[in-house]
Amino acid sequence: MFYHAIVFLPLLGAIIAGIASLRQHHNIATLVSIAGVCLSLVLSCFAFVEIALGGQALTVEVARWIGSGDFQAHWTLRFDTLTAVMLIVVTGVSSCVHIYSVGYMSHDKARGRFMAYLSLFTFAMLMLVTADNLVQLFFGWEGVGVASYLLIGFWYHKESAHTAAMKAFVVNRVGDFGFALGIISIFALMGSVQFSDIFANASTYQSHVITVFGLSMPALELVSILLFIGAMGKSAQLGLHTWLPDAMEGPTPVSALIHAATMVTAGVFLVCRMSPVIEYAPLALDIITIVGALTAIFAATVGMTQFDIKRVIAYSTCSQLGYMFFAAGVSAYPAAMFHLTTHAFFKALLFLGAGSVIHALSDEQDLRNMGGIWRKVPVTYAMMWIGSLALAGFPFFAGFYSKDMILEAAYAAHSGPGMLAFWLGCAAALLTAFYSWRLLILAFHGTPRASAKVMSHVHESPNVMTLPLVPLALGAIFSGWLGYELFVGQDMAAFWGDAIFILPGHDALANAHHVPTWVKLLPIILAASGVILAVVAYIVIPSLPARIATMFAPLYRFFFNKWYFDELYDRIFVAPSVAVGQMLWQRGDKGVIDYYGPDGLSGFVKRSSGMLTKLQSGYVYHYAFAMMIGVVVLLSWYFSGFGR
Amino acid sequence: MISSFFFYLFAAVTCLAGLMVVTARNPVHSVLFLILAFFNAAGLFILLQAEFLAMLLVVVYVGAVAVLFLFVVMMLDINFVELREGFQKYRTLGIVIGIILLAELFTTFFQLTSDSGALPEATGVHNTAQLGRVLYTEYVYLFQLAGLILLVAMIGAIALTLRSRPGVKRQNISTQNSRRREDTVRLAKVNSGEGAEAKEGSN
Amino acid sequence: MELFTSEITLAHYLSVAAILFVLGVFGIFINRKNVITILMSIELILLSVSINLVAFSAYSADLSGQIFSLFILTVAAAEAAIGLAILVVYFRNRGSIAVEDINVMKG
Repeated sequence: MFYHAIVFLPLLGAIIAGIASLRQHHNIATLVSIAGVCLSLVLSCFAFVEIALGGQALTVEVARWIGSGDFQAHWTLRFDTLTAVMLIVVTGVSSCVHIYSVGYMSHDKARGRFMAYLSLFTFAMLMLVTADNLVQLFFGWEGVGVASYLLIGFWYHKESAHTAAMKAFVVNRVGDFGFALGIISIFALMGSVQFSDIFANASTYQSHVITVFGLSMPALELVSILLFIGAMGKSAQLGLHTWLPDAMEGPTPVSALIHAATMVTAGVFLVCRMSPVIEYAPLALDIITIVGALTAIFAATVGMTQFDIKRVIAYSTCSQLGYMFFAAGVSAYPAAMFHLTTHAFFKALLFLGAGSVIHALSDEQDLRNMGGIWRKVPVTYAMMWIGSLALAGFPFFAGFYSKDMILEAAYAAHSGPGMLAFWLGCAAALLTAFYSWRLLILAFHGTPRASAKVMSHVHESPNVMTLPLVPLALGAIFSGWLGYELFVGQDMAAFWGDAIFILPGHDALANAHHVPTWVKLLPIILAASGVILAVVAYIVIPSLPARIATMFAPLYRFFFNKWYFDELYDRIFVAPSVAVGQMLWQRGDKGVIDYYGPDGLSGFVKRSSGMLTKLQSGYVYHYAFAMMIGVVVLLSWYFSGFGR
Repeated sequence: MISSFFFYLFAAVTCLAGLMVVTARNPVHSVLFLILAFFNAAGLFILLQAEFLAMLLVVVYVGAVAVLFLFVVMMLDINFVELREGFQKYRTLGIVIGIILLAELFTTFFQLTSDSGALPEATGVHNTAQLGRVLYTEYVYLFQLAGLILLVAMIGAIALTLRSRPGVKRQNISTQNSRRREDTVRLAKVNSGEGAEAKEGSN
Repeated sequence: MELFTSEITLAHYLSVAAILFVLGVFGIFINRKNVITILMSIELILLSVSINLVAFSAYSADLSGQIFSLFILTVAAAEAAIGLAILVVYFRNRGSIAVEDINVMKG
């Protein structure tokens, strides 16, 4: 019961809140959904103590779900350390966001619906992390997809919001298709989608080969790559990342909860969860490493040039997800999970802080129209500092432990992709610090660039919005220090138990503690220089950015336009599919199906009935003639012998 | 022997006359050929020992129907030259159809009746008497019905063709009888030099 | 003259009737202009039926055929009377009895 409640309380909250909001009881909806999620958080903490710290992995059966021949999928909740960590992250951030939303959405007419969606999302996410088989995980996966769609498009009357929602949904479909194929191929390979079966048998399938379209591939490689494609979609990795910046059209709490802390990390979670399979797929691991590293640097370069405060943080999220992936790619799954956890805290903090800034500036999101408000919003300012310090990886903040761990692990992997990831990650660390302080300076310092009317309005957010930032800030400060030993340090093996599997040869994480000193120091130095660069560029010599932008105009434009990914996709996918759609519509549907189908039939009936009406000429002799012909035909038929 | 000759004579004339009915340019000629066809058909009836029907055919068809046709044709003022236009339109197809039909019918007939033998001998009782015996006993209701049909046809024909022309003055006796003095006579004082002036609608 | 020596059978009469019938039908649809000719064609068809009935009656020594022939005569007379009356009224109203003008039933 206790474990069921963790997952199903938010669902209950969502249902009640949904019904209540239909009746316009927004306060009831808000209260119920907050209560559901907070209770779930409390229970999650107990569960964390019991499972992760006590080492009591267990499964709880809910119901029989699908049973068809060999295919068995039970609705079972699986609780191990991986799940417990995710539970804390999800319910923790979700609770803060729920409470924060009370303030942020207080002026919205549909805030009850908003709370219901948030709770629904929380339920789906919990379903995802507690899944005991791939089908159930897929259910949660799609559930968060739907919730994300609903929440991005929450202000559905805004055209940009609902196109962004659709874009998120469609781009995710690409990944989900890969994921579904992965599940299918696992079932085809192993005859089961149950995690316990898959993990137990993974090593025996090492030498299996799957042949698709004459292309042979080791079975586990194929499965891993397909699953990773799913993870790429959800976690906005390079190639399938285009939806994430656009998803910022949603209300800011949504961005904090879904597009920073929880849903986008589902891909990382999936890769860690499937580690017993992926470990046997070296090629897939290399791909994961390279894609993660490229995403990290790509998103950092783009984030450097953006002016929308939320987009900057969104690209930062993208970049940090890249870190997590290359950590997983070098088999440092604990480091990935560690960064996932710390990142959840400080990125949610940054987003909620940004939301507070936006709130203070009357819904202004453009950095160019901000500045000079730090005295007026001291709490928000402080929170943003904490978040940025943690993000940039300054010593003793959360990001310091996790990000350094990742970079060290990448270095310690001593492989080609690992080194690539290390250097790109270091470059991204420099850029991360740079864009974080650029954001801070542009948003809070300098001369006010907002209109006088807006400036006179600037005010610190109400307590209901600032208080939820406190636990997040505490997390951003202390979670790294607290979790270091458990997640990646001495107690690692005991902590993770069977939840994460690392092949004996893959000892990047173990070696990470013994890297040269310069490797340990490099990220800090880079981060510090990133901050100094930002201060120089935006406070000391304010004209510098513009000069640099003109000096490296092509490069700047390339970054500013997000490496032209949207344009590229427009050319490669959108335009051709629109053209194909047009063709199918005009030629196929209208030209063939309609032309010969409904239109053709009706036209045929019309034409033939037109001909038939000509038969009814009104002349009596025509009728007599027809009668005679009929008689003759009948007689002839009779005489020909058929009629007898 | 002699009856065979007459059969072929009557049959040939009947058929030729029928053909002329259909193809004659002038409807008056058509009617006359129709009369000829009826006469010869009556001859055929006599050969079949149906004397009463033969006479009936002559009396009813020739005496009444054909004359009625003739009457109507002559009465209607029709431009007969114009009437034959468009005659050719369906002729070929019509002829082909007719020949096929005839061929089929002939085949049937000569298959059917190849063994039916000759005409039965006359019984001695006169055909008219024989007909009368069954007509007024067994078929009396149908006979009455036939009379009714003729009555209805007569009434119908009269009702169709009867028309009241406007402007024809007729005597309406009941109107005349129900007339009163007050309705029709008005006394008016006529001053000299002014003349009588009709103030109300007078008859 | 073998033709005249052979027995006249029922088939001969039926053949005459058939010829008359076909002529009548031919008359109906070969005729473009004149309704009167159509009526006359109908008379021809009725006559052929009469011949049929009388021939069957005579050859099977059953008077029913002749009785029905009698009724056909009645109907033919009535039909001619009504048909011609309609024709007269029609001509009075339309000033024409050309078949081609009579197509009010056109679909």
